[in-house]
Amino acid sequence: MRRIEIKRKDKIRGERIKQDMHDLGLSANSVEVLDVYLLYGDITDKQFEKIVEIVMDSVYEEWGLFEFPENARVIEIALNPGVMDPVAIDSLEVARKLGIKLDGIKILKKYIFYDTDDKTINLAKGRILLNPLIQHVVKGEEKLEGKIESKQKTPTVDLPSMNSEELLQLSRTMGLFLNQEEMKVISIYFSKEGKNPTIAELETFGILWSEHCSHKTMRGNVKILNLGAERKPRTFTKVRGGSEIRNLLKSTIMKVTEELKKPWVLSAFKDNAGIIEFNDKYAVCFKVETHNHPSALEPFGGSATGIGGVIRDILGCGLGAKPIANTDIFCVGNLDQSYSSLLKGVLHPRRILRGIVAGVADYGNKMGIPTINGSVTYHRDYTTNPLVYCGCIGMMPKNTVDKQVNNGDLVILVGGKTGRDGIHGATFSSGVMDETTQSEFGSAVQIGDPLREKNLLDALLIAREKALYNSITDCGAGGICTSVSELAEGIGVEVQLENVPLKYKGLSPTEIWVSESQERMVLAASGKNLKELKRVFDEYGSELTVIGRFVNSNRVKVRYKEKVICDIDLKFLIHGMPKIAKKALLPIKKDRGEGSKKIDKKFDKNLDVILMKMLSHPDIASKEWIVRQYDHEVQGATVIKPLNADAAVLKPLFIEGNKGIVVAHGLAPFYEDSYNNAASSLDEAVRNICATGGDPSQIALLDNFSWGNPEDQENMGKLVRACEALYDVAIVYSMPFISGKDSLYNEYESKNGKQSVPPTILVSGIGIIDDVNKTVTQNIKFLGNPVYIIGHTYPELGNSLLHRILQFSDGEEPDIRPERAIELYKRLYMSIKEGMVVSCHDCSEGGFGVALAEMCFGSGFGLQINLDNIPSSGLREPFSILFSESNSRFILEVDIKKKYEFEDIMTGVSYAQIGDVISTNKLIINNLLNIDITKLETKWKSKKL
Amino acid sequence: MVKVLILYAPGINCNLETKIAFQTCGANVNEITIRRLEQKPSKLLSYDILVLPGGFSYGDSISSGKILSVYFKEFLRETVLDFLKRNTLVLGICNGFQVLLKSGLLGNGVTLTENANGRFEDRWVSLRVTDSNCVFTKGLNIIELPVAHREGRVIVEDVKYNRVLAYIGDNDEPIMEYPYNPNGSNNAIAGICDNTGRIFGLMPHPERFFLSNQYPGMWKDGIPHGMRIIKNAVDWVRERKV
Repeated sequence: MRRIEIKRKDKIRGERIKQDMHDLGLSANSVEVLDVYLLYGDITDKQFEKIVEIVMDSVYEEWGLFEFPENARVIEIALNPGVMDPVAIDSLEVARKLGIKLDGIKILKKYIFYDTDDKTINLAKGRILLNPLIQHVVKGEEKLEGKIESKQKTPTVDLPSMNSEELLQLSRTMGLFLNQEEMKVISIYFSKEGKNPTIAELETFGILWSEHCSHKTMRGNVKILNLGAERKPRTFTKVRGGSEIRNLLKSTIMKVTEELKKPWVLSAFKDNAGIIEFNDKYAVCFKVETHNHPSALEPFGGSATGIGGVIRDILGCGLGAKPIANTDIFCVGNLDQSYSSLLKGVLHPRRILRGIVAGVADYGNKMGIPTINGSVTYHRDYTTNPLVYCGCIGMMPKNTVDKQVNNGDLVILVGGKTGRDGIHGATFSSGVMDETTQSEFGSAVQIGDPLREKNLLDALLIAREKALYNSITDCGAGGICTSVSELAEGIGVEVQLENVPLKYKGLSPTEIWVSESQERMVLAASGKNLKELKRVFDEYGSELTVIGRFVNSNRVKVRYKEKVICDIDLKFLIHGMPKIAKKALLPIKKDRGEGSKKIDKKFDKNLDVILMKMLSHPDIASKEWIVRQYDHEVQGATVIKPLNADAAVLKPLFIEGNKGIVVAHGLAPFYEDSYNNAASSLDEAVRNICATGGDPSQIALLDNFSWGNPEDQENMGKLVRACEALYDVAIVYSMPFISGKDSLYNEYESKNGKQSVPPTILVSGIGIIDDVNKTVTQNIKFLGNPVYIIGHTYPELGNSLLHRILQFSDGEEPDIRPERAIELYKRLYMSIKEGMVVSCHDCSEGGFGVALAEMCFGSGFGLQINLDNIPSSGLREPFSILFSESNSRFILEVDIKKKYEFEDIMTGVSYAQIGDVISTNKLIINNLLNIDITKLETKWKSKKL
Repeated sequence: MVKVLILYAPGINCNLETKIAFQTCGANVNEITIRRLEQKPSKLLSYDILVLPGGFSYGDSISSGKILSVYFKEFLRETVLDFLKRNTLVLGICNGFQVLLKSGLLGNGVTLTENANGRFEDRWVSLRVTDSNCVFTKGLNIIELPVAHREGRVIVEDVKYNRVLAYIGDNDEPIMEYPYNPNGSNNAIAGICDNTGRIFGLMPHPERFFLSNQYPGMWKDGIPHGMRIIKNAVDWVRERKV
């Protein structure tokens, strides 16, 4: 083994570690960071020099085997066996291409601390430098492992002889997360088949019947235990008959789509993403996924593979769509939380947030897909269970929406190689976490390799254009097992696992079958296209292997060489799961009181203090430090960019004309009542689209639930109410849902009890917009223009940002009045389309007051506002008017020349002129506030990591 | 007809918009994969402009553009030198600039590394064009373009180089201060040209500003600046062909 240590000529990397340590209250005199390449195999000195030339920059770096003085302490960190290192893979490939026959390359990070004690270094190691799930400190000589032995031995399990208790015990020890009834049904199935199941067969059931893959809670039945409970605030639909809801998803969210029958919805809740029509040639698809559990354990790898996974959903939607944009929405714990208060095995929110931002930036940017929309929400109950939502939007020709596997088609695996990474991901995300999760499910953690996926993307889209395959799906949770079984539905399949290309030797057949290694997809193609498929994939540097054939057997039959490791009836596998009714206790209406009574005159004088507090609250504070780390302009299509408006607007360059796409989302987990929470999230998504100029008659929605344990009856009751809210509002708005995903079991068990996330409903919206040039951004633009509010303000401060800052726990939460809201949205759309509105911003967290300030930022102008005219009910105190969070409201800057036309359009809805754009850079509100915008903006920009 | 070759390598991601921008300027554009070009390098000789577009070639493994620059030197160097003997142009944008520098086509003793803040940075910057023989920047003075990169800090040893684009502050002077200079580049360098004026590399993305609606805010100042850079190249070749 030979060693190259590379040192940069400046100390920027070390300074950054020093800064990170400083943030933790640790100090080091100075820190150095070196890259170490370990070269395994026999090479000549000349070849060694060539490799040095490749891996080192001769201007900026020097190499050697460095020695360090006595006051220096050195640690070297390497990746664990089996954890993929894209840089090592790529370096090895270059060397081999230049004719240098190396056995392998390993890359270490070497840290040198000067004048630092062991205790400090240990803390820095634990909190910054090392994640033991994927890395270790190098001790002695680091070996190149060619083979990583499997621990799995047991060939079959005598299931039919087990009693209920034993079945449940087996489910637990194998980590299947199947319940007693499900295990019983499986046991009966194998009795009928007259055989003992193999480990692979049990794993297959565990995966396909997991919450993650089958969504058995959302698609299951619900028994309501307290039907008489008053459903607050009201249910627009008639109370559903009986105490049993059959298929919660179908009877609420999917029902919206079914009842609305929009001709432009091309596919909803069927494919890997929802698909709507764009124009006569193209369709648009959109999917949002969660990647919560993996991101809790390894934030960078978790979010990167989250974005990687949702991109493959789009590549596997229809016959494959071209990804044109990503979205990312994070929920994390409070950043100033103390380390001592963290439960064992839980990473600090700062580390999590930094890691997940870096993961999305690395993967999304390298994929060449702009990240155009996102947000971060902070709440202490996200500390143990951070939420990471990743979305992807794609475009495809309309004639590639449908796909069909034919009998006799080849099963073709494309993309990356298979390793032991990500085993048990599907089942692991279907259970609650505790401090043992790290060690038990460490293998579920994965590192992404965006280059492999980019090559796959490029090859795939060429192959699609040439119509070389008949069907496709991604390898996500459950790996080849899930994707092959799903593709084979209605036909049958035979797989030869020994053909699967592996990252290293030593995987058991079962491990190959269920591995969740990233960057892989499965195609079904006719044998006659194989040669051309191979040529295309080869040209774009992506691997392609035939691993089986679809045959008319209605069974999943999997062999490793001669040995059959899995042979199951496909129909039973996909449809045989017993429907289990979950029990729900609906939330009881609480009288929350009017609230805000305590806010009296004395607060008025402190309006500037309060407003600045709100603007620097992490939920509101500028996310520029994150947004700039994402390439939001690649593909040249981002007409309205993040930071400028409530929604992003895209006009893909390969589409003729001015038609485009508008994308936004809403999230309101701070409202305790899950009905208000869901309704407000939906309204916010729609508001954001409409504020930018979106057409409310061409909006489709996606739902993503992140919930606590659904076995808890109250959690289940909240889920029912949230689903009802989405139905109630979407049906009136006439906006279909096209896709959704739920992540339940976001709960952490410890000695101190259970901690679950607040019920969190992300609603994403996508709209088709006729002319991307008829859209508006949020900052004010012209001196002298009148400023209006549209929408009605109510005393709705319960759990508002103001109340949370002041720690008031009373007050009604925002209600929803969908009939009035949609009328308003239609008029807003007309007024923007007709060029009357020059800027627009919605009122959401922090209400009217925060929205006003945000409109001023970066504009160079100011606003003079009069609160007296604001259309409101039951409100007197300026504080309540300024910071109520009533839904469905906007602030607009109107072109002064079109003032009267605008007022004509708005006649009949709640609206009022509330002020004007002024030349001084100040926000002036009655005689209550007169403050420099720069002062507010500095506060707003003060929070970054 | 002006013929443009856009070189695709694994990880490159600005090829489509670069292609459309050149097409908008009336060029005939072909995208060719590095794998094909390595098999038959002489293909290059039938083109007038070679463009290395932005992205993360080979995942930017080792460092940005490094692996592609190794292949460039090992397999394509002779052909590129032949190509340059004719009246041809080479443009490297972002990752393409990184490749040009690391393969020595813009001289030695200059390289690109991680931004001073260690992070990827997407933002619009103001730039000043130095008066020079650079074909691409002819007639331009102060321009705006977006940057989007993680490794855009130009490091120069004590050598002569031809800075034709500099990051500038509010007073239109070259600047070291963030965020005007988004990456901490030595001498505020954003783009470099060779002595002939025909090989040009820059970190900002001209292909992201060839349409007025790509500009953040309202664009009223005539032809978008990115379009002017690309048009300069296409027009220069066209004039020589007539």
